[in-house]
Amino acid sequence: MADLAVRVGGLALRNPFLLASGIWGESGESLAGAWDAGAGGVITKSIGSRPRPGYPNPTIEEYSDWGLLNAMGLPNPGIEEYPREVEAARARGATVIGSVFGADAEEFATLAHRLEATGVAALELNLSCPHAEGYGTEVGSDPAEVAEIVRAVVRSVRVPVIAKVTPNTPDPAALAAAAESAGAAAISAINTVRGLAIDTTLHRPVLAHGLGGLSGPAIKPVGLACVWQIYDRVSVPVIGVGGISTAEDALEYLMAGACAVEVGTAVTRGGVAVFGRLVEGLSRRLDELGYASAAAAVGVAHPPRR
Amino acid sequence: MRSVVELTERVPETPSTVTLRFAFARDAAPGQFVMIWFPGDDELPMSLSYLDGSSKGVTIKSMGDTSRNVQRLEVGARVGIRGPYGNQFDLAPRRVLVVGGGSGSAVLAPAAERAAARGAKVTVALGATQAAELLFRRRFERMGARVEVATDDGSEGARGFVTGVADRLLATEEFDAVWTCGPEVMMQKVALAGRARGVPVFCSVERHMKCALGMCDACALGPFHVCVDGPVFPAERLLSLPEFAHSHRDPSGRRVPFGTR
Repeated sequence: MADLAVRVGGLALRNPFLLASGIWGESGESLAGAWDAGAGGVITKSIGSRPRPGYPNPTIEEYSDWGLLNAMGLPNPGIEEYPREVEAARARGATVIGSVFGADAEEFATLAHRLEATGVAALELNLSCPHAEGYGTEVGSDPAEVAEIVRAVVRSVRVPVIAKVTPNTPDPAALAAAAESAGAAAISAINTVRGLAIDTTLHRPVLAHGLGGLSGPAIKPVGLACVWQIYDRVSVPVIGVGGISTAEDALEYLMAGACAVEVGTAVTRGGVAVFGRLVEGLSRRLDELGYASAAAAVGVAHPPRR
Repeated sequence: MRSVVELTERVPETPSTVTLRFAFARDAAPGQFVMIWFPGDDELPMSLSYLDGSSKGVTIKSMGDTSRNVQRLEVGARVGIRGPYGNQFDLAPRRVLVVGGGSGSAVLAPAAERAAARGAKVTVALGATQAAELLFRRRFERMGARVEVATDDGSEGARGFVTGVADRLLATEEFDAVWTCGPEVMMQKVALAGRARGVPVFCSVERHMKCALGMCDACALGPFHVCVDGPVFPAERLLSLPEFAHSHRDPSGRRVPFGTR
């Protein structure tokens, strides 16, 4: 039986499958539900300084089974209210990773410090949400700004800091390198891909906010390409995100260089039972291929390096 | 994914509710809801209040800005529909007590119609603030149900809450199931009354929704998501939840006690 336990820098996970930020993360009970279903860790909703309702509906467009376009607009209850949800999840034994977003380095650092106090095992910085004005891509698309934010956060917390990078940029690996140089313990890639849907009968965008972020199976090749390039550029662990719904998808990411993966869109409709299937499927597949552990498969698709 | 349809009918039901009808061929069962996009305004979950054949309908109560704009939409206005989503009422029970409060009748009426058409004995306890607001009272009577009403102001039927009527009916008659929809505190009372009599109660629950696909957690209720595990829940699942009849969440996800805005 292949060993699925993995380490992401200083963070120990029972298996490589993390619940992605933005999915089932508004309530601690939902986070705990994902944990109980077998996730190796759960990432919270991205939390900001104030309660934020997000954009009006429509906030989602569904493309049969291959994609979701969302412009939720970072709805979250704010840092004052959210700790109770983290506590509820931790009380059920979950490994919780806190996600934060801010308009500048100082806000990121303040939020990271406060969320750390709730007992999260690591922090993931949302540098890359492509459709929230004033946040996300506009903040994290410049390597120098990424470095500034990561540096400020690393200075104000003790837990590992994960920088989540955007695909909506010509050089995601440069962003990852900047984050690493500033002290990030790991990189996660990718967030959603900028996209748009138009309703031709109504002559208008479908989503209330217009532009949105594409997730799901359609973006898997994009995520894989970013992980591939980032793995070649940095030495810190890489977490792969984007379009994972089967164990085979996860294995592609591991072989591309990811030591763990995040699962989001695949939770749609079928729920967190997907985690049980992923864990079982990966274990079987690793056995079939002769890998003693998930860790042993990391990066093996790359030509031998150094 | 969405169908864009034109409103084919606009039927004022009570002073504060209106039914909007549209052509939507996809099959739907009583209890299910659709997400209706009012372009430029909002997209909201609405239980189907008419679902036989390809002409479907929703019945909207005036609550908040969007609903007032929406109530003024004319025949021919275009809306986007996605769904139907959610689960349905189990239509097997032969003797059903339907307990509706406020706009709760919107989801209960089509369920009662289907049950009556299958030969079930349907009894309805209907409550509202005043006589004119008893939603679908005539519709329930036309389907052959026995209807008893209660109004806050006593303008029709018993003066007081519909839960009093429901209590009396549960005490004096035999039912296989209770279906209820209305303010959550009301549904909790009905659920407790049914439990005390050993009658299973099913509640159609409402929560703020964004994705309606079981992903975003906006409609999380205890360990459930109203959009995929509901909206129809057996009361036994709800009565043990601290939030049931106590709090819901606002669009940011903050917990808000019922009764506050």
